Order: sequence, then structure tokens, then C-alpha cells
Amino acid sequence: MSEQDPHDQPLDNMEASDGIRDEVRMDLSGGDVSATTAGGLWGTAGREIIRKKSAIVGMGMLSILLLLAAFAPIIAPYPPNEVLFDEGVSPRDPPCVHLFGCDEDTPQHILGIDGNGRDYFSRIVYGSRVSLLAAFAAVLFAVVWGTMVGLIAGFFGGWVDNVLMRVMDVLLSFPSLLLAIVVVTVLGPGLINAILAIAIVTIPQYARIVRSSVLSIREQEYVSADQALGVSRWRLLAHRIFPNTLTPLIVIATLGVATAVLEIASLSFLGLGIQPPTAEWGSMLAAERNQVFTAPHLVFFAGLMIMWNVLGFNLLGDGLRDAIDPRLGR
Amino acid sequence: MTTMSVGDPILEINGLETHFFTRDGVVKAVDGVDLTVGKGEILGLVGESGCGKSVTSMSVLRLIQNPGEIVGGSIRFHGEDLLHVSEKEMRAIRGDRISMIFQQPVGSLNPVFTAGSQISEVYEIHEGLKKKEGYARAVEMLRKVGIPDPEQRIKAYPHELSGGMAQRVMIAMALAAGPELLIADEPTTALDVTIQAQIIDLMREIRNDLGTSIIVITHDLGIVAEIADRVAVMYAGEIVEEADTKTLFAEPKHPYTRGLIGSIPLAGDRREWLDVIPGRVPNLIDLPGGCRFAPRCRAREEAGLTMCTEQRPELTGVNGEHTVRCFLYQEGAK
Repeated sequence: MSEQDPHDQPLDNMEASDGIRDEVRMDLSGGDVSATTAGGLWGTAGREIIRKKSAIVGMGMLSILLLLAAFAPIIAPYPPNEVLFDEGVSPRDPPCVHLFGCDEDTPQHILGIDGNGRDYFSRIVYGSRVSLLAAFAAVLFAVVWGTMVGLIAGFFGGWVDNVLMRVMDVLLSFPSLLLAIVVVTVLGPGLINAILAIAIVTIPQYARIVRSSVLSIREQEYVSADQALGVSRWRLLAHRIFPNTLTPLIVIATLGVATAVLEIASLSFLGLGIQPPTAEWGSMLAAERNQVFTAPHLVFFAGLMIMWNVLGFNLLGDGLRDAIDPRLGR
Repeated sequence: MTTMSVGDPILEINGLETHFFTRDGVVKAVDGVDLTVGKGEILGLVGESGCGKSVTSMSVLRLIQNPGEIVGGSIRFHGEDLLHVSEKEMRAIRGDRISMIFQQPVGSLNPVFTAGSQISEVYEIHEGLKKKEGYARAVEMLRKVGIPDPEQRIKAYPHELSGGMAQRVMIAMALAAGPELLIADEPTTALDVTIQAQIIDLMREIRNDLGTSIIVITHDLGIVAEIADRVAVMYAGEIVEEADTKTLFAEPKHPYTRGLIGSIPLAGDRREWLDVIPGRVPNLIDLPGGCRFAPRCRAREEAGLTMCTEQRPELTGVNGEHTVRCFLYQEGAK
């Protein structure tokens, strides 16, 4: 501090207290350090997740699925669409595993043969690819659009907010599967259209979450502080407000993948989604649903995979929510 | 005296009126405020909560949100009326030439970014620097505001900083672009007393080293006494008294100022009763017709003045630069 400057002591009694204060400052600058060095925000969340059993189980289940999808050509013993009648199988053969005492003479098909003479295990494995891909694509599409709508509605407010959110309300007022069916009926069945349909149906969900976050973040003091520092509106929205909406968004999106998996399967089951002969769990279920008593394995395993997938994402989503949301648990 | 070295005025506020148009009526939060800040001067703006001091400062930066609106007056910054420049020019002024720090230091920092990235962003916006250069400057700035080990601290997130640290980071951000005027809105209210003293010292150093003019907004007269060259006391949207700090504390004129000073508890001094100002701040929608302080004013009754409830007093000089808005000091008051 410059001592000779007259500004330094606006009142006469300052002099005595200043010396004491300097000592205090030296003490505090050593002790006033509360920073935990590692990781930051995401690091903390990461450590928190590892402590959640449900998240770990969910991640485990999903890793198995991801491995199946990634290494499908290696894991699956046959191409998914190869008809194996030439190799001595008949339609809807029950599972045959040599290890469990199946006759060595019959070819091994661990989940049996479907109605068209294809190896069921291979189709299940390849089905994970379609299911994961479609679900991720649908959620990504919905998140991107939902976030944009929510950011704009929440940030600009007024009539913009009103118009956008009323459109979202209209979308929300239909049962989601029904709306998806309408969209597919208009666009025509197929993988891409099914993804679009499911995405459009879920956009309002993300728009609402983001909008409500924006409304509360907009009132935070750091937003005023940024404005006082000359940050422009668009930069404020993109660089300041948006990153703060990510936390709830990530949780909802993870849970949303589970829903999307289910809806893709439902659409395919109804014949509106992925079309045969592509291996997809929903359409595989649909194809063999009449044989549920004569060849239960052909329905059971496809259903099991859908459940496995949905459960995995739900567990992970719940764990993520507990880990990221400071208001719950801890 | 301290006011001697103060240079030409850089900010002149004249007749500023900022009103809020609410459902219940028009809230005249700022109603005809005149203020001048000289170069390198520290002006204290004092008053109770809700007297319009923060609205005054937000008006200077033109950050009044709906339903508020600046309805009258002028805010001249280096002679240029800020109320008539475009939003784009205003944005270039904010943070670059006039900047502001807030009451809640931790809440004023964005929780998802590190201290460093927030400071360096100021350089990116106002000086067009690259991220890396911005970081280097940010480290320098943190060192300047007295943060130990700035190379490490720059990577800290706001929740990892203590209140005092966060306020220093906030000050570093506000000073990054080298503003000529710093508005500090209750800069120490949320901090411990020892940290308060450090922040006050820091602000005084900033003025001395950089020549930055500072407006300190506070309800704490102790802070004003320590730091300000000149003090303006606000009550119900208007300035009621203005003087250099020493004069104001030695000879407070306005009954409100006297009440404020009388209600400060002194450390080590045990009194049966602290002086209190009776009543409360008037509703800013339905202001009393005459002097706004009249309903709470004991001096008026003692002096037997009746015009206080009918006429509005003007700010008049009592002794040189010392001005007061009170009939007690006007000739021929009844």
C-alpha cells in the first residue's frame, strides 16, 4: 500500500487499525484457501455416481449391451439374416446348447431358430445395434430441438414464449405413442421416420425442462453480473445460461433413452418402425407372438433384451440424478 | 483533506428518474437524483434498503429490467449522455469503461465456469484477446487483487472459493478491462468483518494505483467512513444530503442522516438505548406530499415546522459543498 497518498486515510483514526489489518490479511491469505483441487463440477459428479449402486448396475448392464452392439459380427455365430434350412435346422427349433446336454449331432443354436430358419441368438445380438442407435438418435434430435425451443422461450419470454410453449402443449396433449403412430403414418414406416416420430413426440419434454431452468437462471446474480460486464444477449444465452441447464437435461435425456428404446420397439412391433428382415427386437416379438405357447423362447429373449435395455438406462438415469442434483440425497 | 486531488467529473447524473410500472401503481424508485463523481474519487451512496441506491447504479449501466424504466434525467459519462447511446455502444461501455461488482460474490460468479475462464472472457469480449492470452492476463489480474497462488486459483470453480476470495475474483473481473468507473453495490455486506476490511483496503488501493473512480453503495456508514471521499445520503428515491465524508460525520445536518449516524452501535460503548429513527421507509408508490421524511421527523416537530408536510424541500447548500434537503436550514421556513 502506498502510505504517502492522502486517499489512503480518509479519516484520522484509520492509522492505528491498518497495521492490525495487515497482520490479519497475512494470516488469512494462508488459511483462506478452501479450494478442493481435483475435478471441478464433473469430477464431483463422477465420484458421486461411483457411490450409487443403481448407477453402477445400470452402467454394467449398458456396457454389456454396448459390447454386444459394437462386436456383433464377432459375437454372433451367423449373419442375422442368413436362412439356415440347408444346415439341417427346422423352423422354431428350441435352443440347443451342447454344454447343457443337447445332442452333439444337432447344430448348436443357443437361443434356437426363428420361424424363417435364422439363428435367433445372432438376430438378438444384431438387434442391440438397431435399438441403441435408434434410441440415441431420437433422443439427440429431441434434445437439440427441445433445448433450442426452451432456451429461446425462457430467455426472451413474452409472446415468443407463449407461442412456442403453446405449440409444445399441443404436442404434449396427445398420448405419445398415438402421436408417434400418426407421424409414422404420415411419413411412412421405416427406421428414419420412426426415429423422427419419437423425437418429435419428446421435444416438449426437453423444451419444458430447459425453459424452467432458464427462467430461474435468468434471475441469478451472475447473469446480472455478466450483463454489467458487457456480455451480449446471445453470448449470455449460449455461453452462460445454456451450460447451467445441462445438469437436469442430462438426467432427463438418459431416462429418455429408456423411453425411446421402448417406443422404437413398440412402433416396430406394430409394423410401423423398422421393417423386416432387419433384426429388431420389437419386430422379432411381433413376428413370433402367435407362437408364444409353442416356441416361447422366440418371444422371451427379445422381450428380455428390451427390458434389459430399458432397465439399464433407467438405473443409470436415476443414479445420475441423485449424483448431479444436490437437492436430492447427499 | 481527501477530496483535494479529485479530478474533473467523469460521471454526472442529473434529475435521474427511474420508475417501476407495477400492477399496484408506479414505484418511483429513483425520483430526481443528481450525483457527480470526479476522476479518482470514491463516492459513498448510503441509505436504507429500498431507498433506490441500487436502482440508481443499475440505471447508470442501463440494466433496468421490466417493468422498470428510466423516465427522465440524464447520465453523462465524459459528457456523453448514456441514455441516448445505442444498446450496442452501451454494451461496449459496460465492463470496459464502467463496471460493477455485486453483493453476493459467490452468486455473482457463474457456477459452471472456472474463475480464470470468467475473467479471461472479459478480455475476449472487450479486447478481442485469444483464450490463452486472456488466461495469462487473468493470472496477472488475480495477483493484483491479492489472491495468493493465482496460477492454481485460476482453475477453481466458484463453489471452491470462500466469500472473500470470490469477491476478489469478482473485483478482478470488474477491473479486467481497466474501467474508469467501478460501481460497488454492497461489496462487503455478505462478508466477514475481517474480510470486509481487506476488501475495503483493496478498493482503496485500486483507486490509488489505477485512478479508478468508485461509487460504493452501502447501508453501512462504517464502510463509508473508511473509504469514501464524499457521501450522498439517499432517502425514498432522492438525495437528502451530500457532503465530504469528514463534514458529514462531523456535522450531519439532515435529521435522517443524524438518525442514521446515531443508530450506529459503537464497539466498546454500551448504551441503554441506541437512537432509532421512528416509523419506516414510506411506500414508494404513495409518497407523502411534502418532505418524504416528514412523517418520521422529530426535528420538524421540535422546530415547530408545518410546511414540511405540504412542500417538498430542495437540495440547498449550507456550507460550501455541503448540501441538504431540509427546511430546517432554509431561511423563512415555517
